[in-house]
Amino acid sequence: MDVKFINAFVAAIQNVFKTMLGTEVGVGKPMLKQADLVSAEVSGIIGLSGEVQGSVVLSFQEDAASRIASTFAGVELTLDSPDFADAIGELANMVAGNAKKDFVGYETSISLPSVIIGKGHKVSQSKVWPFLVIPCQTGLGNFNVEVALITNKKPVMAGGAA
Amino acid sequence: MNILLVDDSRTIRNIQKNTLKTLGHEDVTEAADGIEALACIAKQRPDLMLVDWNMPNMDGITLIKKVRETDKTLPIIMVTTEAEKSRVLQAVKAGVNNYVVKPFTAETLAEKINQTMAKFATAAT
Repeated sequence: MDVKFINAFVAAIQNVFKTMLGTEVGVGKPMLKQADLVSAEVSGIIGLSGEVQGSVVLSFQEDAASRIASTFAGVELTLDSPDFADAIGELANMVAGNAKKDFVGYETSISLPSVIIGKGHKVSQSKVWPFLVIPCQTGLGNFNVEVALITNKKPVMAGGAA
Repeated sequence: MNILLVDDSRTIRNIQKNTLKTLGHEDVTEAADGIEALACIAKQRPDLMLVDWNMPNMDGITLIKKVRETDKTLPIIMVTTEAEKSRVLQAVKAGVNNYVVKPFTAETLAEKINQTMAKFATAAT
């Protein structure tokens, strides 16, 4: 996967959290997703289609998900709240949409968000199309952004050579 | 002034409602997609409409095109994650009067609403 796609997601995560939650995000070194990675309790998923295809998953443990969703929505939300999934889905939507704007030269669309809630669930990955995991740390709790993208078009990214 | 908020995310509608409240606008109607929005407009024409792009059932661009078939003067602001220039041009062509990219601050949203309403107020005089 082109590192510039990952950079677009890092910038998007930081922009969305700073603007909507007033929270800085520290980003660790991206790594390939390992099978033994601790499974998530909450996953917000967006699909990408067009000249860049794949998916992005915001992956949380329960406590971090509740604190982040509550701060985003401005009201206390727990996993049982009717608007909890909506808040997580919209966060995933904003991160994917914000990253997509830096895919200059690629015609790409994003799907409506899906949210999975449940202890120990796993979002499976393709062997030929692995997820890169971007570890994210915030004052509200840590989470991961998992990105799996492919394109067969010559890259023309914002700020890069044509 | 009645404002119609069209977004499939209730979280976003609540954030927008809070911003509108600080601007003194509490007469707000909500719709979760384009089809619901058209039903709301048929009951009561709003004075301003905020519209998301990506929604189930009927997306924001389709909604705006349908509204503009019969109403050229309803102020419409698109509020969306779609930030590429080509998308903005597509929205303007469909008939939006202003454009806000998510994520947005309350200040940005307030500024765009005031800007849009001022433009229409000037045009009406």
